[in-house]
Amino acid sequence: MTDTVIHIALALIFPPLLLGVIGKTKAAFAGRAGAPYLQPYYDLFKLIRKGSVFSETTTWVFRAGPLVTLAAIMAAILLVPFGRHDAPVSFSGDLILFAYLFGLARFFTAIAALDTGSSFEGMGAAREVTFSCLAEPTLFFALITLARMTKSLTLSAVLTQLTPAAWLGAGASMLLLVGALFITLLAENSRIPFDDPNTHLELTMVHEVMVLDHSGPAFGVILYGAALKLFILGAVFVNVALPISTGNALADWGIFIIEMVSLAVAIGVVESVMARLRLLRIPQLLVGATILSAFAMLLVLR
Amino acid sequence: MDLTIEPAALLLTAAAVLALSGAPWLVLKGPVSGQRLAAFCAVSASLLGLFAAAAVLAGSPQTVYQLGWTLPFGHALFSVDQLSGIFLLPLFLVAGTASVYSLSYWSAREHAGARKLTLFLGLFVSAMVVVVLARNGAVFLMAWEVMALSGYFLLTAGQKSSEAQRAGTVYLIATHTGTMALLALFSLLRVANGTFDFPAPHSLSPMAPAATAIFVTALIGFGGKAGLMPLHFWLPGAHANAPSHVSALMSGVMLKMGVYGILRTVMFFSAVPAWLGWLLLVLGAWSAVGGIALAAGQRDVKRLLACSSIENIGIIFVGIGLALVGMRTGSPVLVTCGLGGAFIHIINHGIFKPLLFMGSGAIIHGTGTREIDRMGGLARRMPVTSPLFLVGSLAICGLPPLNGFVGELFLYIGAFTEGITSPLPVVALAAPVLALAGGLAVITFVKLYGIVFLGVPRSDEASSCHEAGPLMTAPMALLALFCIVFGMAPPLLFRLVTPAVGSYGGVSGGVLEHVGSLVPLVPLMAANLAMFALVLAFGAVYLRRLRALPVASGSTWGCGYLKPTPRMQYNGTSFSELAVNLLGMLVSPRRLKPAMAGAALPRDAAFRYAVTETVLDRMLTPLFRVSGMGFSFIRKLQHGQMHIYVLYIFATLFVLMIWTH
Repeated sequence: MTDTVIHIALALIFPPLLLGVIGKTKAAFAGRAGAPYLQPYYDLFKLIRKGSVFSETTTWVFRAGPLVTLAAIMAAILLVPFGRHDAPVSFSGDLILFAYLFGLARFFTAIAALDTGSSFEGMGAAREVTFSCLAEPTLFFALITLARMTKSLTLSAVLTQLTPAAWLGAGASMLLLVGALFITLLAENSRIPFDDPNTHLELTMVHEVMVLDHSGPAFGVILYGAALKLFILGAVFVNVALPISTGNALADWGIFIIEMVSLAVAIGVVESVMARLRLLRIPQLLVGATILSAFAMLLVLR
Repeated sequence: MDLTIEPAALLLTAAAVLALSGAPWLVLKGPVSGQRLAAFCAVSASLLGLFAAAAVLAGSPQTVYQLGWTLPFGHALFSVDQLSGIFLLPLFLVAGTASVYSLSYWSAREHAGARKLTLFLGLFVSAMVVVVLARNGAVFLMAWEVMALSGYFLLTAGQKSSEAQRAGTVYLIATHTGTMALLALFSLLRVANGTFDFPAPHSLSPMAPAATAIFVTALIGFGGKAGLMPLHFWLPGAHANAPSHVSALMSGVMLKMGVYGILRTVMFFSAVPAWLGWLLLVLGAWSAVGGIALAAGQRDVKRLLACSSIENIGIIFVGIGLALVGMRTGSPVLVTCGLGGAFIHIINHGIFKPLLFMGSGAIIHGTGTREIDRMGGLARRMPVTSPLFLVGSLAICGLPPLNGFVGELFLYIGAFTEGITSPLPVVALAAPVLALAGGLAVITFVKLYGIVFLGVPRSDEASSCHEAGPLMTAPMALLALFCIVFGMAPPLLFRLVTPAVGSYGGVSGGVLEHVGSLVPLVPLMAANLAMFALVLAFGAVYLRRLRALPVASGSTWGCGYLKPTPRMQYNGTSFSELAVNLLGMLVSPRRLKPAMAGAALPRDAAFRYAVTETVLDRMLTPLFRVSGMGFSFIRKLQHGQMHIYVLYIFATLFVLMIWTH
């Protein structure tokens, strides 16, 4: 019960902080002071209190898009285990529902973008659905590999039953898997080298350009949903990459939070030392990730 | 009074009523009454048929009916089992809704060929009922031919465009090539079994000399009808050019007759060879990815939907392939997941694809064009069709909380379970392939819904379009309701197919229960309801917020550009271009554009973009052209003089008679 409360509270409150940490890391690399860690929270509170502007072309789809997206992501929160604790909801086959909930979220984000009739947003929507489509097989290869390693069909078991012994036993496979998952994490969350969340050149953006026309509370919902998504996929990643468990429930939560913050720092470092890829290179990297995870599966089978 | 239900008798009655439903209109004078009478007959027959199909699935006794005839092809036997029941459910559902839809969509006032169309619509549906009831090869083939030919007339009746005529010809050639394979199939079965009557289930040995030939002919004949790649070439043209309610029937039901044929053939044998399961799995995976890749690049609403039918047939065959492999390796869980997924997807595709085809009919009715790139902003002018079409689009992408997800879930669980337990889980590779097809489906249907219904109208047709009448929207609403109900309450679907899975796959009740606990149907229902509640709650909060805060309205942010025009929007072709280019080897897009260099001033230019249908455009058409030239001397035999034709028949019969003695 306590774990469930911590799980939900953490998932709802913590995610924007990750964005703050990424921002601070990038600022440190650039030699700036940077925005405060809590800046994403200030932004959200500001947006909730702002008025909205709606384009005359939009319909109810534009208004429903962010809400359905957030609902789908929140449903996914309940399925993912954080820090060696089982998720609040866990059932056989939930890993497939987990993957498809993101599909639902993506569908509504994309049609909300097309509802504006803007060429930029159409461009962003086309890129988002195409790149995610390429990332999909990677996720499923990874899930099959993990399911086989843990002999289980629930996301909680798949992600919490991994132990450091897995690294010793199937190190090569784990390494490939972690590489593929990290690439997917960056791609799905529109981070550098796939997309630059800070750019103001709309032609080159993917996710940011899809939400150009959203404003006020709806935009807040979108930013918050994006933070949640980063948090969820990040949690999946750290559970695979650093399967450390102390046996003490509270200590495990502490370790999880430290792991997540380090992940945010790592993303910040990647964003500071790398440039955005040319758009045509992105599919190649995504297909590369798929092949990595397929190799991981092959190595587990032998 | 005896109240026992005899489903086969009810179904045969329904088939007879359907077959005759269009006949009264041939003699009735009025432009309306005959069509209404036909629709009334079709709806009552459908209700009767749905009731009987439900009784079959619930497990009522299977009586065999025999029609007295003097033909030397064995006995004219009819019966119905649970396998037939799975195919009958969508059949009657679509038949009833499509006939109501046709009252407004293809009304007698607007279309001269409406009488013919109504007559053949009844015959078409009725023939399909008989196909699944027939238990004799000759009866089966006769019904099959009535189905194929009335399909041809439905496709070409009252349509003058050369494109429709060409599609009809391709369809006719394809279907008769298939029938030729089926003639061989039933002749081989006659040799193996001694009679044209269907052999008893599991009575033939797969080691028999003719067994391989039987499987191959079944794959060609039935696989071609189902639209399995590479025999899909007739499908996009036929579905795109038929009237929309006919496309709904063709795609939702007729393709499944091919699936039914393969399942029925497999059922004759006591075991299946390993290669058949693997081949179906590979062909299914190929069709799933290839079909949806082809769909993603289409510019025609109905052609896109037709290509996505190839994908869905592929998904169904992936399920059947999984099941056959499972039968071979002795894995009842894989058999149950594969068959369960295939059966559920057969029912689901029979609901959401007709919904989308009827939706496309409403679009075409309202705008007068099929070009996706000429549409836009229809949601404002078609406030009823738009959300119904969205429901269909979400369902066909296999996204929760709609019904399309349920069938795919079974297949995923089958592949994953095998991935965990089997020493060499090759079938687990089905999961990433399905995931890729799912991702491509999202691209395709975001494009279809987004470009057609959202944004600003791209042409005058789109800006002056009108909503469809209630006779068109009500059938769509019914189908959408089924999508939502089955999606929100997935245990319903599993309960519907459980008896068929049990009897067809020879799976025990214990295994069925085990799989029921493996596949998260009840949790999925809870998750769907929770998500629905969340959306409602967020919506309420958001609306309160909007009322409390100032709301302004303006034009779409053009990044500083002040005079945006509708033509600047992303269109369908540009939306899918990135993905289509990546899948170049599957779809080979062609761009025809003028050379830009050379003249000092650029002249008028045109740009054309098309997706190549490799099998038809690159292989069959050139082949037919060459053989057409080579065999032109035979044409002299065909001169249009009826009495000489009769002489040909007489001479052939005479020669055959002498030959046999």
